[in-house]
Amino acid sequence: MFDILYQPWPWYVAGPIIGLTVPLLLLLGGKMFGVSANLRHACAACNFGNVEFFNYDWKKAGKWNLTFLVGSILGGFLGGYVFANPEPIALAQSTIADLQAMGIQDFNGLVPDDLFAWGALGTVPGLIVLILGGFLVGFGARYAGGCTSGHAISGLSDLQLASLIAVIGFFIGGLLMTWFIYPIILS
Amino acid sequence: MKFSEYLKYLLIGTAFGFVLMKSEVVSWFRIQEMFRFDAFHMYGIIGLAVIVGIISVQIIKRNNMKDANGNLITIPPKDASQVKRYLIGGSMFGLGWALLGACPGPMFALLGSGLTIMVIPILAALAGTYTYGVLRDKLPH
Repeated sequence: MFDILYQPWPWYVAGPIIGLTVPLLLLLGGKMFGVSANLRHACAACNFGNVEFFNYDWKKAGKWNLTFLVGSILGGFLGGYVFANPEPIALAQSTIADLQAMGIQDFNGLVPDDLFAWGALGTVPGLIVLILGGFLVGFGARYAGGCTSGHAISGLSDLQLASLIAVIGFFIGGLLMTWFIYPIILS
Repeated sequence: MKFSEYLKYLLIGTAFGFVLMKSEVVSWFRIQEMFRFDAFHMYGIIGLAVIVGIISVQIIKRNNMKDANGNLITIPPKDASQVKRYLIGGSMFGLGWALLGACPGPMFALLGSGLTIMVIPILAALAGTYTYGVLRDKLPH
């Protein structure tokens, strides 16, 4: 019975549930699903340099979303700690082979220990992945006006051309990184 | 906001974080696999999420449905004429998404799963957001 909570869920179960987040937030509160807006709300809450972009009533605009974000952390705790899947991910063999050739050794968890451990901060690839990766996610999401949830899920759900352009951008950047830049970073 | 309102968003967020974990969307490996076109997994998830989203948004719009507070549900359109912003900003986001193997939702869900090192990319993402706010007027949109 509880097996289902420990096991990974197939795409055809997870996809529709993630999609339902959009109507659920609209129907329950008239809110548009988008996670990265929270990064802006957090900046607005501090706004050290009195930057105009962060001069707005973040409590009024963002309390609901920041609460949603706290929920996501809690969901991560339940899904990834309490009911963590003990098995390694069933990855495509070709991906495993490619990553091994690039020097990745740990395939046991959701992320490789080679890059996602405190010790990795002492290595050049670790610094690039954790700091530059995070920076680009935060900068790019705000520049593009949304991230995977705001554009790829919410925006496309509303048939927004702007979101389609943004998603094309996501893939231009993602493919460049995966195929051309990552091999250099890990070499 | 009343307590029940907070609870509502907390629960939806919890369900979202849980599904992100169970579907392995949070996995750096899954993102690598996706950008290598080695598996259908991520495409199936995003594709089905969008199909469910499109159908439900159409139902909500065509029936002029109201939210739980009785307000008509309206979705502000995005200005698609700002092509540079979406293409350049989107590409920068994509570079980061592939590099870190996590977008904003998964960054926080992973932190919740006990991966404390995610504090570093989260702080870096806040720095990135702040930097965008400072440079905004100088960037092409």
